[in-house]
Amino acid sequence: MAHAHKLEIFRGLLKFKSNTQKIWGVLVFLTLVTAVEVALGIIKPHALTGNTILGMKILNWIFIILTLVKAYYIAWDFMHLRDEKSSLRRAVVWTAIFLIAYLTFILLVEGNYIYNVFKDGFLTWNF
Amino acid sequence: MDSTVTTGVEEGVWSGGDNRPLGASYGKMMMWFFILSDALTFSGFLAAYGFSRFKFIETWPIADEVFTHVPFFHGNYPMYYVAFMTFVLIMSSVTMVLAVDAGHKMKKNSVIWYMFLTIIGGAIFVGSQAWEWATFIRGDYGAVETKGGRILQFVNADTGERAALADFAVTLPEERAIHERKNGVWFYKEGSLPTYSVNEVLEGFKANSNIVIRTETINEAGEKEVLSRQESLAKLQNATQVVEGANLIHNEYGSRLFADFFFFITGFHGFHVFSGVMFNLIIFFNVALGTYEKRGHYEMVEKVGLYWHFVDLVWVFVFTFFYLV
Repeated sequence: MAHAHKLEIFRGLLKFKSNTQKIWGVLVFLTLVTAVEVALGIIKPHALTGNTILGMKILNWIFIILTLVKAYYIAWDFMHLRDEKSSLRRAVVWTAIFLIAYLTFILLVEGNYIYNVFKDGFLTWNF
Repeated sequence: MDSTVTTGVEEGVWSGGDNRPLGASYGKMMMWFFILSDALTFSGFLAAYGFSRFKFIETWPIADEVFTHVPFFHGNYPMYYVAFMTFVLIMSSVTMVLAVDAGHKMKKNSVIWYMFLTIIGGAIFVGSQAWEWATFIRGDYGAVETKGGRILQFVNADTGERAALADFAVTLPEERAIHERKNGVWFYKEGSLPTYSVNEVLEGFKANSNIVIRTETINEAGEKEVLSRQESLAKLQNATQVVEGANLIHNEYGSRLFADFFFFITGFHGFHVFSGVMFNLIIFFNVALGTYEKRGHYEMVEKVGLYWHFVDLVWVFVFTFFYLV
């Protein structure tokens, strides 16, 4: 089994002495990211909610990117994907990424379309 | 004879797990593929949530204003408790990895100890989830629903703070025929009634000149639109019923779908956490009884650990898409 743990995170920027130490390091990192998310969610800085990139508020981009970062470290270090063979890793991760990206794209575009129908169509619903 | 293609005739193909495709044992690989399919189920839920939210993007409830409670404290603390729950779950994920790590080193007592902590963390999370549900179902301010199924909430015009129905509604000497088995359809029960009738809210509204209505619509500043006194009175004419708290059909927070998705997504996740705690318990007892010590390896701890981390992973996404975004 995975007795040989890969002990570096951040592309080798941080190398831990033992697996236990790496676990605590990742915990500190995840807690930090969560704290940043919650702080931003409570303060909601105007500069981030007022401006958009590609039609989405900057704040929401930050939330989603930080979530993916957290997901990466949970999967790679807690679920030991870092120590698995790349074939297993790819079979699991890419399948999920492609299917979820597809599903999300289809449903969000459709939801937006219905929003426009409700808005511009001859239909009163908000009364 | 050899009409079908076979490879590796020497090794048994389904021989009980001694051949390890992708470098993982049969059980571990299957756990991964189960997690993959479960992840797709959850993303189906979350994508459906996104669909409904995009559909009603201008009237969707603002999560910060819905989840503002912390047990044993009064006041407005948006997100703090959910953040605490997230931390508890991440923490119990950490004790789980530590258990797996101790398992690799064949340290039975550490595994027992870490599994125990993991179970406690899971139990705290499920308990918090239950509390969150109870608070959500009970509701706090109350609202009225219009003919079109939209929710009208009340705010204090001077302070801009939410006003509860109890703050301004009057009590009228109203009579209501009570449904009994002998005078109606026998298998219908008397439904539960809100504290105030629409009339009582309406009269109370007219008597208190500093109460105005907040609609579901979100304005440019990202806040819920507050109507003037005149507009409020006109809107109130359409009110058909008083809504307190939430169920699958009505909720005082806004769009009906919001409560539905809250119940389904956090419910489905909470069920996963609950079953995770059960699996952890079974493994905990197995470890304590020395089953894996005799077997020579603690792979079962690792497999259940994968499931437990997955539950954490899903929560990270639910937290973002339900509470933050």
